[in-house]
Amino acid sequence: MAKYKLQINGRAYEADVEPDTPLLWVLRDNLGLVGTKYGCGIAQCGACTVHVNGNPMRSCVYPVSAAANATITTIEGLETNGKLHAVQQAWDKVDVAQCGYCQAGQIMTATAFLSKNPNPTEAEIETAMNGNICRCGTYHRIREAVALAATKLN
Amino acid sequence: MTDISTTSRRSFMKLAATAGGGLMLGFSWTSTLASTAMEVLTDTQLASGNINFNSYLSISPDNIITILSPNPELGQNIKTSFPMIVAEELDADWTKVKVVQAALDTNKFERQVTGGSGAVPHSWERLRKAGATARHMLMEAAAKRWKVSVDTVSTENGMVLHKASNRKLSYGELATEASKVAVPTEVKLKDQKDFKLIGKAIRNVDNYEMITGKPLYGLDVYKEGMLYAVIQRPKAFGMKLKSVDAAAAKAVPGVVDVVTFKNNVAVVGTSTWQVNKARKALKVEYEAEGTLESSADHDRIFKELLAGKEATERRKDGDVDTAFKNAAKVITAEYQCPFLSHSPMEPMNFFADVRPDGVELIGPIQTPERARGDVAKLLNIAPEKITLELTRLGGGFGRRLYGDYVLEAAELSSIIKKPIKLIWTREDDMTGGTYRPAVRYRFEAALDKKGNMIGYKLRGAGINSGNPTREDNFPSGAVENLLIESVEHKSPITTGAWRAPITNFLAFAEQAFLDEVAQAAKKDPIQFRLELLDKAKTAPVGAIKYDLDRMKGVITLAAEKANWGKKKGVSQGFSVYFSHRSYVAQVADVVMKDGKPTIDRIHAAVDCGIVVNLSGAYQQVRGGVIDGLGHAMYSNLTFKAGAAEQSNFNNYRLIRMKEVPEVDVHFINNGIDPTGLGEPALPPTGGAVANALFKATGKRLRNQPFINQPELKNV
Repeated sequence: MAKYKLQINGRAYEADVEPDTPLLWVLRDNLGLVGTKYGCGIAQCGACTVHVNGNPMRSCVYPVSAAANATITTIEGLETNGKLHAVQQAWDKVDVAQCGYCQAGQIMTATAFLSKNPNPTEAEIETAMNGNICRCGTYHRIREAVALAATKLN
Repeated sequence: MTDISTTSRRSFMKLAATAGGGLMLGFSWTSTLASTAMEVLTDTQLASGNINFNSYLSISPDNIITILSPNPELGQNIKTSFPMIVAEELDADWTKVKVVQAALDTNKFERQVTGGSGAVPHSWERLRKAGATARHMLMEAAAKRWKVSVDTVSTENGMVLHKASNRKLSYGELATEASKVAVPTEVKLKDQKDFKLIGKAIRNVDNYEMITGKPLYGLDVYKEGMLYAVIQRPKAFGMKLKSVDAAAAKAVPGVVDVVTFKNNVAVVGTSTWQVNKARKALKVEYEAEGTLESSADHDRIFKELLAGKEATERRKDGDVDTAFKNAAKVITAEYQCPFLSHSPMEPMNFFADVRPDGVELIGPIQTPERARGDVAKLLNIAPEKITLELTRLGGGFGRRLYGDYVLEAAELSSIIKKPIKLIWTREDDMTGGTYRPAVRYRFEAALDKKGNMIGYKLRGAGINSGNPTREDNFPSGAVENLLIESVEHKSPITTGAWRAPITNFLAFAEQAFLDEVAQAAKKDPIQFRLELLDKAKTAPVGAIKYDLDRMKGVITLAAEKANWGKKKGVSQGFSVYFSHRSYVAQVADVVMKDGKPTIDRIHAAVDCGIVVNLSGAYQQVRGGVIDGLGHAMYSNLTFKAGAAEQSNFNNYRLIRMKEVPEVDVHFINNGIDPTGLGEPALPPTGGAVANALFKATGKRLRNQPFINQPELKNV
């Protein structure tokens, strides 16, 4: 075990874990940030997506040892001053979720994407979101919500 | 207005005052426990000692209306639509309604089950009565305070009004007085034209929690002192545990214990990652205790079962032998589907704390009552000593009808005498069984000279499938001579209900076959089906257990909305199916893009009676279509020597955003009491798609997944 200092959602955290522990399990088991979901453990479904220095990252395969000096944002950190991020607002407005389990990862993928490409085409949205599985099949609404959020961010 | 019968009003409705004042009503409607982190109120806080309720609607003096939602919520949106029905009849202000997930309580609730698309049809009337009864009592209380006749007051948006004197009171202001009014023996329900909530698009009541990452799901449960557990199970169906060497696993930091029970080797420790690491360090040997089957064996077994003399007769009308002997044309085709994993995004998990004084269970399960009963039997304790709290379910698709993982968690906690959260990895989930059974069908149709279907035969062969036919569904009733049989192979590979059990593949096979028959009869596929329905109407054969007019209604609507047969450059395929009390017809549009056939759009026409929540219902249909399409196209679970060959999303393909066509949904507006929507939209999709791809390519797709079929290569 080793102690890691982590910068998450603007707060300092410390976790005493094995160096190979994926960030996902540190967030969930050690820090109680359970909004980031476990879906596959092999970076195939996107449910565990967080931002590392602003980039989307599959936290299920991202070891805590690599995260030590990074700025990390999870779904719990998207709200600013009690106000939902435009992407979260769009998710509510479009009423995207069915079971909802994958949606935190979808939202984290979408926010990172829109921060780099604030004015995407439909095809660009589909490419950006194609790595995130939604087993309920809310894909139309995800696409619609990303497009709606883009109009609000502009 | 509708008059409601007075029978059993008293037994079905009970009344009590809450501890802090306010009106509380119990009504028969299912419930589950408050999720660990999100709920403000719990059953016990609401019940104030009176446990004789079935379910609760409470109104606080500060005007908050709390509605308990009893059924497991797994994405079918019941947690929003049930309270909508209550709030509609209550004339509540929806913005002031708080929805609380209830716990398993068989004293209070009926049918706390998610499955079979059955919740809304089961509860529709009792939910309406619950809301209407409370509304009536609030009106009585207001009339008494104002000293006017109750006939002169009305309600609107959470207020009781006396229009003549321009007075009004909120439900909260009236709640305490209303709780003293006698429960009415009769209540009137709203006329549908007065519905204000039902039929509207109402957003999911858990949206905020879901989009901000609040703990909602079983995997999010955390309790002080809890340990994490994973289980190594036999690596193949038909194997059992022989020996375990846990020395290396026990040496992994964070591991508290390694426990063997039944065929399971459980690793228990202080974090998910460490117990998974330790699990990899286990040295476990297994030995065969049954046949170790491979997919090639199943292919052979299917051929034998379809050719064999032995079969169970499911339905027989007329004389098929003579009909086929006299036929001008006979069409025969076989259709096969693979095993499928349910793969809900949240893998199986459950929290269990088995203590001498009782058992606490928390997690995602579609059948909480059965799970509790099974745990009671396993641990040899009374069910009353077990509490079962429901979390939101991260998908189910039928997998969480089975409580095997609840039993594992309870048994493990009872052995190590500590609270544990058992977690299945994705690999455990995909290789661990309870699959959609693999099935092969043989269809035969006899046509007379005019192209009328005078004979129809279906034999279904399945691996642990039970009866893989639905012998009383269409086209039964419309064919003079008909024989439906089934035959089953018993296998160590475990199977179970998978969203729209049996019909998830049967509908495809049947609707694709009928397309072949229509082609042979030189008839338009829709016209062909309408003729069969007309025949069933004018000269029915045997029992008919579907509504001919409702089926005709969705067929006509789908054809109209899809502009059937009138689109240039579009190859269209048609399919219609009745399942779980609802009717769905679909038209798939295939266009050529870059020389390849591409599914451009699917039109769905749906008759589920009254649509409760337009947002939830629309998405439920779209999601069902995508589920049907994705699994028909891509998903495939195969076996080698008893072990699943796919283990995660890298080798088991699920549909993704880019592969999804546009999906248009059209509801029939007929005012009939609502039926379920969790399943019925899925079965027709494969048939519509295969039939459209046939139009585009001239190739019939008879086996799933389509992507593996030679017919789709080089097109």
